[in-house]
Amino acid sequence: MITLTHYLVLSAILFSIALVGVLRRKNLLMLFFATEIALNAINIAFAAISKYYGDLTGQMFAFFVIAIAASEVAVGLGLLIIWYKRRGTIDLDSLQTMHG
Amino acid sequence: MFEVVAFYLFAALTIVMFVITVTSKNALYAMSSLAAGMIFISAFFFLLDADFLGVVQIIVYSGAVMALYAFAMMFMDTTKEVKENNPPKKIVFFLSGMIALLLVLILLTPIISDKVKALYPMSDEIGNTEAVGIVLFTKYLVPFEVAAIMLLVAMIAGIILASKRMDESITLKIDQEIEQKGAE
Repeated sequence: MITLTHYLVLSAILFSIALVGVLRRKNLLMLFFATEIALNAINIAFAAISKYYGDLTGQMFAFFVIAIAASEVAVGLGLLIIWYKRRGTIDLDSLQTMHG
Repeated sequence: MFEVVAFYLFAALTIVMFVITVTSKNALYAMSSLAAGMIFISAFFFLLDADFLGVVQIIVYSGAVMALYAFAMMFMDTTKEVKENNPPKKIVFFLSGMIALLLVLILLTPIISDKVKALYPMSDEIGNTEAVGIVLFTKYLVPFEVAAIMLLVAMIAGIILASKRMDESITLKIDQEIEQKGAE
């Protein structure tokens, strides 16, 4: 029988994968991918808690998380394209313009 | 039995897909495996009786978000390798695992205390989509409208950032020209 704990452990594993991606990668596009994974991991946890407590609020929050993820991608990719046109690279280290 | 098999199958598939996404050197492979992982995640939503959420997941993520990523990748030379001078792996894995564990524990503490009551209980009489609609357009009407405005703002921002006046302004000019224009 699959319990709430199973889903929460899965969500934690996926979130850890996303966190490793955010910490390890230097490619800015990969950081966006990792952010998407993190948001999806949280969505699974929301939906699972929603089911096992018989409450729709979790699903509502998952919808708003999806809306936020969509707007984040739209604005973030616009900024990323501008950055690529100005610098010709999507390396995370190229963002350090203020170091001494 | 069916639920158990489906859960473990899709859990394994999702984890494998997202590990490929995180570790892949090629951005195109990463994007493809991310799209596959998103579809596998929607299977969990169907297993959890959140039908509408599963459908939205497929439409929004593998439809809209992946199309956006594909368009963005056409603007960039994604075949060019990005230098990755990584720190020692063990420390990163250990630290990120511990941080994730800590976050999960912090977030689960109020739920473990068994004081959670269903605010908007699910009923068996109506389907999931109907129930979502009823709650979304009564209790969550204001957040829904705010989310609509936020999406509009994001859409306009995306259009202006990515496409407007590509031949001048902030996109193609080098820093000095922009500074000169600012000084005038």
